[in-house]
Amino acid sequence: MATQAEHHGTRRDFIFVATAAVGGVGVVATVWPLINQLNPDASTLALASIEFDLSAIEEGQSVTILWRGLPVFVRHRTQKEIDEAKAVPMADLKDPETDEQRTKPGHEQWLIMIANCTHLGCVPVGESGEYDGWFCPCHGSVYDTAGRIRKGPAPKNLVLPPYDFISDTLVQIG
Amino acid sequence: MGAPMSEHSTYTPGTGIEKWLDERLPIIRFSKEHLMDFPTPKNLNYWWTFGAILAIMLVVQIVTGVILAMHYTPNVALAFDSVEHIKRDVNGGRIIQAVHSVGASMFFAAVYVHIFRGMYFGSYKAPREILWILGVLIFVLMMATAFMGYVLPWGQMSFWAATVITNIFGAIPVLGNPILELLRGGFSVGNPTLNRFFSLHYLLPFVIAAVVVLHIWALHVPGNNNPIGVDVKSSRDTVPFHPYYTMKDLYGVVLFAIPFAWFVFFAPDILGHPDNYVMANSQVTPAHIVPEWYFLPFYAILRAIDFNILFINSQLGGVIFFGGSIVILFFLPWLDTSKVRSGTFRPMFKWFYWLFVINFLALAYLGAAPAEGVYVILAKICTAYYFAHFIIVLPVLSRIEKPRPLPASISESVLGKAHA
Amino acid sequence: MGGIVSMFKTKTILAAVALVAAFAAPAFAQDHSGPHIEKQSWSFGGLFGTYDQNQLQRGFQVFREVCSNCHGARLIAFRTLAEEGGPHFSEGQVKALAAEYNIADATAEGGTRKGVAADRWPSPFATEQDARDANGGALPPDFSVLAKARGVTDAFPWWITNYFTGYSEGGPDYIHALMNGYHEEVPENAPHAADGTPFALPEGKYYNDYFPGHAISMPPPLQDGAVTYVPGEDGVTVPETVNQYSEDVSAFMMWMAEPGLVSRKETGFKVLLFLVLFAGLMYATKRKIWQGIEH
Repeated sequence: MATQAEHHGTRRDFIFVATAAVGGVGVVATVWPLINQLNPDASTLALASIEFDLSAIEEGQSVTILWRGLPVFVRHRTQKEIDEAKAVPMADLKDPETDEQRTKPGHEQWLIMIANCTHLGCVPVGESGEYDGWFCPCHGSVYDTAGRIRKGPAPKNLVLPPYDFISDTLVQIG
Repeated sequence: MGAPMSEHSTYTPGTGIEKWLDERLPIIRFSKEHLMDFPTPKNLNYWWTFGAILAIMLVVQIVTGVILAMHYTPNVALAFDSVEHIKRDVNGGRIIQAVHSVGASMFFAAVYVHIFRGMYFGSYKAPREILWILGVLIFVLMMATAFMGYVLPWGQMSFWAATVITNIFGAIPVLGNPILELLRGGFSVGNPTLNRFFSLHYLLPFVIAAVVVLHIWALHVPGNNNPIGVDVKSSRDTVPFHPYYTMKDLYGVVLFAIPFAWFVFFAPDILGHPDNYVMANSQVTPAHIVPEWYFLPFYAILRAIDFNILFINSQLGGVIFFGGSIVILFFLPWLDTSKVRSGTFRPMFKWFYWLFVINFLALAYLGAAPAEGVYVILAKICTAYYFAHFIIVLPVLSRIEKPRPLPASISESVLGKAHA
Repeated sequence: MGGIVSMFKTKTILAAVALVAAFAAPAFAQDHSGPHIEKQSWSFGGLFGTYDQNQLQRGFQVFREVCSNCHGARLIAFRTLAEEGGPHFSEGQVKALAAEYNIADATAEGGTRKGVAADRWPSPFATEQDARDANGGALPPDFSVLAKARGVTDAFPWWITNYFTGYSEGGPDYIHALMNGYHEEVPENAPHAADGTPFALPEGKYYNDYFPGHAISMPPPLQDGAVTYVPGEDGVTVPETVNQYSEDVSAFMMWMAEPGLVSRKETGFKVLLFLVLFAGLMYATKRKIWQGIEH
């Protein structure tokens, strides 16, 4: 009698455990799509990576383009700006980065940065401030000709988006 | 085997925290009494699982609806495309949208089963009149919600359904036109209409949820009716709700999910109308306007009145009969005065019950048929019978019918069944 | 089994049949008198149906070279042409294709720019009025969901079977029939007007067997040999006939209307399999729990 009851108990437990386990899988498989729908949709993801033609930007000019909903500065730097940026000793920098780290080799004239001040996200004004770079009107952060933070409350250099040169005039951002 | 657990909760807080909570908000006690230990007749059949199925369907509709609202745009210029955007671009959007639109049909399929189950087994009779009335109220709220939801994709059927149904209110004497403009927020169905329908479509399900709480409250005062309609006599007649009915209901829910999934994944548009894939156009009416299937019986009644009755014109007459066909449900507990609840023990009622079901299906069929020739006459006959069932058949049956003998108790009934 | 139980079972079946009938009722509504439309055998029909990639690529070619001169497809993004389960062109092909089109963009110089994969199919006409002016007052409908906005109706009671077979190919069936339903002259079997006068085809209209009312504004769009097919990846050549073109373009239109069909059905199989397994387990669980309780 005892063994029969035990055997009975095991089979019963097995069915309950199996049902609960399968039910659990079902719940997870149902809940995940309900959460995943919050993620960026296909139309948003399709614009995660954009191509931009640089050929129309003259030396000394910059344009602001939109990438993933963020403003991005694309600046065609003058030789003077490049020289200035390269001459800065690392010790003077709050967030030390060389000019080479800020640009792509062979394309030093192009500076491509996300245009939100690293302090609280305002868009700095170009070709202004005491370092010939950018000046943020909100709280007075000053960036140099390589977009590095030199003065003011911002903690970091302007952020570089991931990008690559497809050719000398075509750049893929993102 | 007895049913020792079927008395009301003997909850004693185990820990200090539970005791502390129990004195302030006895939510654990309440859950245990009403969701776990609640004594439930042990002879409920599978038709009774539709209550749980409906509760789940309401949750499914609210969850998928809240999600769809995150991606939908209630504007006449953008609504149609935003629904397509959901289907095409949003992660899993095609399935979530299909669950919501097929879900409306499944919700109504389940509610019709639930209502007709209640009608067969006399679940509306004393002391469950309030329970029944709240149920009819939920049904009316569901119809309003479903109608406004159908307008949101802003297809041709959406637009013309909104036009035709709001025009029902225009039939009201004197005040008709001002009410019409009030409802639509304009002289015709347009952007203000779409916006308010979206707002109300989002609101009403929560009102339904609140009435569902009252519905369950009203259920838990007298307890469940059961297939033999004989009151619970002793604890031997019942089992605790959990695990007996939680598991049986869950099994019912899973079974119900199979046809639901079939439609969602293999024919998500088959319950809809192709014309709703044409964007709304106020200058062109589709060749054949037809409501969603779950409105068809009532739509047939609305259309059946094509003649003036004394000073009431045919339009208003249709609206009165349409409204009356639902309002009469509220009075059902007082129209059927038979002391016997379950149709099982009512030999004559049984026949008339199935005749009523067939008549109701015939009305559904006629609601979809073109309003011409023999269909018009049939619709009038079926409409007349629909009302006759409530006003004549049920009261008369209550007087003349001789019911079969009732079992003494649920336990006796199930034992008899087991040995037969 | 007692009398009550068996009686109840019969009624269960009755009720189930009744329920199905109720579900099926709206299909009856679509019953308008028209010529019988022959149902085609589509690769994407039925339970296991998937799109034929080569057919979609051919259909796209017909759409692009013929239909898109007048019809838009505003909901179709170029990128989706590269999606699996659809025409599945390469990313490079799609990028090159998109670049051939000019997209209206208020932020671009001159108001237009070259298309990218993320753009949607540009409309052939700037405004609805332009479209009407170019087409004798008629508006060529947008193709995005057109294959689902048309249907085929079956006579009572055969439509009931559609709920069990999941028949969802009424749109392509209609479009295929329409493409093959043109007559150069009004045929003898054309319906007479209510007053008994012979069918009068209005100026600038064409007679079609399957178009409601038979007078369609669109001239026969396809002719044998009008599109020279690029051989598909499978190397199979298909005849360049109106029938073949119309099959291919109908399939492509169905894909436009329902691009996620293949993945939807795949998920569906998993879900149904899961539900059947879970229902079995729930039944066993429920039985175990109720064991020993007379009910």
